[in-house]
Amino acid sequence: MTNMYYTTDIAPGGHWSLRLRRGTLMRLTDLEGGSNVGMLFYNPENLLERYNAPDTLKCQHTFKLTHGNCLYSDMGRIFASVVEDSVGWHETICGNSRADQVAARWGKRDYQGDRNQWHQNGHDAFLVELAKYGLGSADLAANINWFSQVAADDDGNLRLVEGASPAGSQLSLRFEMDTLVLLHSCPHPLNLSSEYPARPVGIELGVAEPVTLDDVCRNHCPENRRGFANNALYYLGAAPELLPFLEGGG
Amino acid sequence: MLTSSSRQPENACLRQVIDAGDYYLGAVKAGQTLRILDLEGNQAADTLFYSAVDPAEHYSAMDTIREQGNLYLSTGSVLRSNENKPMLEIVADTCGRHDTIGGACATESNTVRYDLEKRCMHACRDSWMLAIAEHPEFGIGKRDISHNINFFMNVPVTASGGLTFEDGISAPGKYVELTAKMDVLVLISNCPQLNNPCNGYNPTPVEILVWDN
Repeated sequence: MTNMYYTTDIAPGGHWSLRLRRGTLMRLTDLEGGSNVGMLFYNPENLLERYNAPDTLKCQHTFKLTHGNCLYSDMGRIFASVVEDSVGWHETICGNSRADQVAARWGKRDYQGDRNQWHQNGHDAFLVELAKYGLGSADLAANINWFSQVAADDDGNLRLVEGASPAGSQLSLRFEMDTLVLLHSCPHPLNLSSEYPARPVGIELGVAEPVTLDDVCRNHCPENRRGFANNALYYLGAAPELLPFLEGGG
Repeated sequence: MLTSSSRQPENACLRQVIDAGDYYLGAVKAGQTLRILDLEGNQAADTLFYSAVDPAEHYSAMDTIREQGNLYLSTGSVLRSNENKPMLEIVADTCGRHDTIGGACATESNTVRYDLEKRCMHACRDSWMLAIAEHPEFGIGKRDISHNINFFMNVPVTASGGLTFEDGISAPGKYVELTAKMDVLVLISNCPQLNNPCNGYNPTPVEILVWDN
């Protein structure tokens, strides 16, 4: 695929982390349908700056994430923009599955008995990746659950929508600043299917087209234009191509 | 769910008013009950809880929402930690619904939400930063500042996935009461936000009361 240089598949219940540079494109593919990809972002220059779901949602007046949305840090900057999405609704509120919950729902399957077909959970997967950077449970934030649609009724009751992500569903993230990405492919915490939902996810990495002033994500709302302005300020002196974004106007 | 309390203010072991834009940081012991009282109405109280033993264990909105399968907090809600342990339970609530997905205002997010030049308007996360800087004895750092509860704030989510900050459903004298299930620290920023309806555009004091039961 154009501008895509690296492809890998993450096995069901797997986890990974890597530092991505500004301008990187990451495409995720739900290979078999019904996948869930937990994801968190940190600033590698200051690990205390991290993805902030409430800031992301309220500044874009949305409960769901999709094409056009930007993913904000707690410092008013944009880690990444959602530049492609075939699903239309990804949630970022419900957190992760946990070991006791996975064992209660689908039976305990551990490494001793099942080797790498054991039942991993999202919380422990993140703890493993966090520890590689000196981070721990206190550094966890509300993560994104890509490919998982969670709807709320009028009383606030939550439900994972079945079949929201068919096989081949894709989304692409364009990274707007250098970002430490943590991810796992463990089941969504509200997944009640009768068997442990073991779903792989495809990941492609490449180089994004340069951002232009008429970019869809930047112009999704006035708030995002100001978010791009904050990024331009962060890279002042290091990225002349971002200077036109500094003012934040339309 | 609307539920009132029979606890009498004159029997409280602690009463303290938190002025608009100020913070409160203090302990609540297991078994004690904390009331947060909206004195003049429509005032958001941005609240975090920590284990008094180890502040790396803190209130977790995600674990709380996941375990109750519901977005909103009211009577019966068990507030859980990032270790998925019960920290407090809401035992009375005359407001009916409290938010835990809207987060807290910050000078940085104000630049995004309102205007690049609104950077210097007072914000909740600055109050928290001052609180943890002035009280190093509790061992709370910036990494421990996670997603909070907005008591008295109304942030409805629609069936189509929209999210709005609505006028508060609180009023003068409304309150919420929580009984601690472990020794906790409570950190409250009495919200100074002037740019949205969360404080009715006029931040006012709240009062906290603690009973030994």
